[in-house]
This record gives sequence, C-alpha cells and structure tokens, in this order.
Amino acid sequence: MSNWLRQHWRTFVLTLTRLARNPVATLLNVTVIGVALALPLGGYLLLQNLGSIAQRVAGTPQVSLFLARDAEKADVSALEARLKQLPGVHSVRFVSREQALQELKHSENLSDVIATLQTNPLPDAFVLEAAGGSAELEQLEPQLKALPKVAHVQIDSAWVKRLESLLQLGRTSVLILATLLACALVAVTFNTIRLQILTQKDEIEVGKLIGATDAFIRRPFFHLGLLQGALGGLAALGIVYLCMHILNRGILELSRLYGSDFSLSFFGLYDCLALLAFAATLGWLGAYMSVSRHLSGIEPR
Amino acid sequence: MISFSQVRKSYRSGEEALTELSFGIDDGELVFITGRSGAGKSTLLKLIPAIERPTSGTVLVNGQNVGSMRRAAIPYLRRNLGLIFQDQKLLYDRNVFDNVMLPLAFTGHAYKDASRRARAALDKVGLLAREKANPIALSGGEQQRLCIARAVVNRPSILLADEPTASLDSTSAAEVVEMFRDFNRVGVTVLIATHDEALVQRLNPRVLALRQGRLEQ
Repeated sequence: MSNWLRQHWRTFVLTLTRLARNPVATLLNVTVIGVALALPLGGYLLLQNLGSIAQRVAGTPQVSLFLARDAEKADVSALEARLKQLPGVHSVRFVSREQALQELKHSENLSDVIATLQTNPLPDAFVLEAAGGSAELEQLEPQLKALPKVAHVQIDSAWVKRLESLLQLGRTSVLILATLLACALVAVTFNTIRLQILTQKDEIEVGKLIGATDAFIRRPFFHLGLLQGALGGLAALGIVYLCMHILNRGILELSRLYGSDFSLSFFGLYDCLALLAFAATLGWLGAYMSVSRHLSGIEPR
Repeated sequence: MISFSQVRKSYRSGEEALTELSFGIDDGELVFITGRSGAGKSTLLKLIPAIERPTSGTVLVNGQNVGSMRRAAIPYLRRNLGLIFQDQKLLYDRNVFDNVMLPLAFTGHAYKDASRRARAALDKVGLLAREKANPIALSGGEQQRLCIARAVVNRPSILLADEPTASLDSTSAAEVVEMFRDFNRVGVTVLIATHDEALVQRLNPRVLALRQGRLEQ
C-alpha cells in the first residue's frame, strides 16, 4: 500500500513538474477547459440565484378571496368560521375594504391615484395561507368559489409557477450546454494526452523493454488528465467569480432602485469541490480514452 | 536456466528467422551467439524477454514458458533480465543518473535506496563522475557502459547484449567485454550476440553459431 501511494506521489510530482516546464501549453489548455466549463457554470449560477429570489418572493403560497359588495358583517363572520374549518388551510386573515384602502394609500406609486377617489372601490377580502404548496391551494379553488358571498378567488402563485417554468427551461438549456462542453473537455484532454504519448514514445518503449507494467506507464497520463481537468475547473470557478463580481456592481445598483439589496451569490464550498471533482473526472475520462486508444500501438521491437 | 526446444520463428512477411532451434544454457554461463547479419541473432535474443514470441516450440527462462506467458506477466520477467540493445535506447531528455534510475522507478524502491543502487551501478561501469551529464555528451564507449549500468541496476540473473561492441573502437570494445566477463564471474548468465569473430576467438567462450536461422554444428 505504501509503495503504491509512493509511486502515485512520485507520479503526481513528476506530472506537476512537467506541467510547470511547459507553462504556455499548460496555460492554454487550462484556459480552454476553463472557458468551456465557465459557460454552463455561469448559467447555473444565474439560475441558482434566480431560483432563490423566486423562493424568497413567493414565500408561503396564498389565496385572496374577494367578497361581494353586499356582504354584511354577519356574512363575514360566518364565512371566516367556515374557512377556518377547511382542510389544508393554515391561516385566515381578514382584510377590510378600509384597511386595504389605507395600505394602498401608503403605496409609493398609487398614493396620488387613491387620493382622487371619491368612494372606496375595494371589496372586503380574506387572505388564506395553505399548509401545503400551491397545488393544494389550486385544489381548494372550486370549494372557495362555491362559498356564499365570495365574488372572486385569486391564487397568488401563478406568476411564481411561470417563473419556475422559465427556470426549468433554463436548467434544461444549461444541462444541454454542460453536456456538450463536457464532451469538448474530454476531447481536449484526449488530444493533449495523445500528443504527450507521442512526445514520450521513446520513454514508453524503453520502459516497456525494461519491465514497466502497463499500469505504471498509464499512471502519469491519468494524473495529467486529472490535474488538467481540476485546473480547468479551478479556472472556470475563477472566471465565473470574476464575471459575477463585475455584474454585481450593476445588479446592486438596479436592485436598489427597487428597494432591494439583491446581488448574485457565489457557490458554496461543497458546490466548488463538486465542480472540481467533476472537471477532474472528465479529464481522467479523456486521458483514459486516449491512453486506451494510443498506448497499445507502442510496442518495443 | 534458458532452454530452447524446437523453436521456430517466422514473421508475418513470411520470412523464417529461426528454424528448429534447440539448445540449453546453464546458470552462470557466458555464451556468444555469432553469425552474419540476418542469421537470426537478434531474433533469438528477443525471444528470451518476450519481445518476440516463437511461432512454434518452447522457450523456457527460469522455468517459465515465455512463449505462452500472459502479457501482464512479461514486465516481471523483464525485470529479472538485463537488456543491452544495439541501438542503446538511452533517453536523451534526462541525465546519466536518471537513465539508470529508470528501471528502479517501477520496482518500488525508496528513492534513497534506488539512488544508492544507481550510483553503485554507475561506479561499476566507471561513469559515476559523469552522473549529471546528458547521455548525448558521452562517447560511444561511455554510452554503451551507461546501457550496461542501466541493465544491471536491478541485479538481474541474466544479461542479454545485442551487438554491444558494434559501434565501438577496439579499446572501448575490450573494456565493455571485460565488464561482461566481470558480471559473469560473479554468477550472472551472459548472452552476447556479435558478428565480431576476432573477439570471440580471443575469449574462447561457448559459442552458438547461427546460419540462416539454424545452429551450425
């Protein structure tokens, strides 16, 4: 075991040395891989942030129940009692027409319009929160509409659903892009390793002649693929972080205009490690394919 | 230790390199394989480390049938053999010391032990002072001695040398041959393929003379 580890450690150091000896070629390869990975990674970062906004804004799904204009206090009380008994309803809040008008008056954009009104046009309303998600609320909708003195039922999660659909579309697009660019990464590594094998043809041949096993000969190429992939992943994270940093200046300015402090957040530590592992695995895969294809052709004669 | 029995080797081109070859070599023998170019000397040597496989017949090395050996087992066979090639097969992207270290890299020696062995081998062939030099800066004789150091660093029981004196002047050739004799004196079995009749006559060793792939009687 210690011998196995020692050989891997030696190979790792040798591979690092070889990469450092060819800084331009290494930098170019790592940049190509980094840019290829940065595209889907950037898309994923945007989607992740948009997803968190949707969740934050949507909060608990709600239903607004607008009452008929002729609803009396007794009707309101009876209705409130019935609503509280409905299964799946988490909370019931009554918003009187006067209270609703006051809230509108405090609204920055509508205060001028509200001031010109002669009478209060708003109906009394109940705001219900469901114990489950928006699906449960949609199931409740027919029952709510059938209740006496209910004029209109509005489920507030419709736009969230639209946003979720858009996000899902975005995720699928990012997945397709990531798959295509992962293939590109494998191809880049495949070619790099092919060139390395050709460069080290003499060494491989001599090694085979004097007793090197196939595993020993393959090992440096696997290490190279892994390292190149991981370095490419690191470059991708760097590129995305830099782009996010630049974009965040504009995003912060824009979100402040809407009274928010929203800005893009970077990936957590586990996400970063997962990406590095993924990139390293793709590098290894490219190396494996290249070594399997090209190494068997080099036999001492 | 080495046994050839009814060995035939023909190439895909149809060329018959060896025909019905049978002989045995005991532990600690010094044997010269002679013959003209194309007589089959190199092919015979290549059958021992399984660089080539016999078309028919049996090649036994240390009791192992090399002809039917699994591909994965061949590296372990070769680690017990010291190979010296006509074209030397040195690596010119590394220095003398690293060339000798190469066979030790995959045998699991700790670096300290490996470097001690490599320096001992270089000392044995008189190249310790040039361990940092690139092989390209060495003379023909020194390059051949470097090949010998690389071949013996794993302390093999058999040394196989293919035309080791072919490109050397008489003084260098004598030095190289003397080294083989030194290894043989300490019990290493040595097989040398050569077309240098004068060298063979001077040493008077056991000779396997090949002519068109057959042993001459």
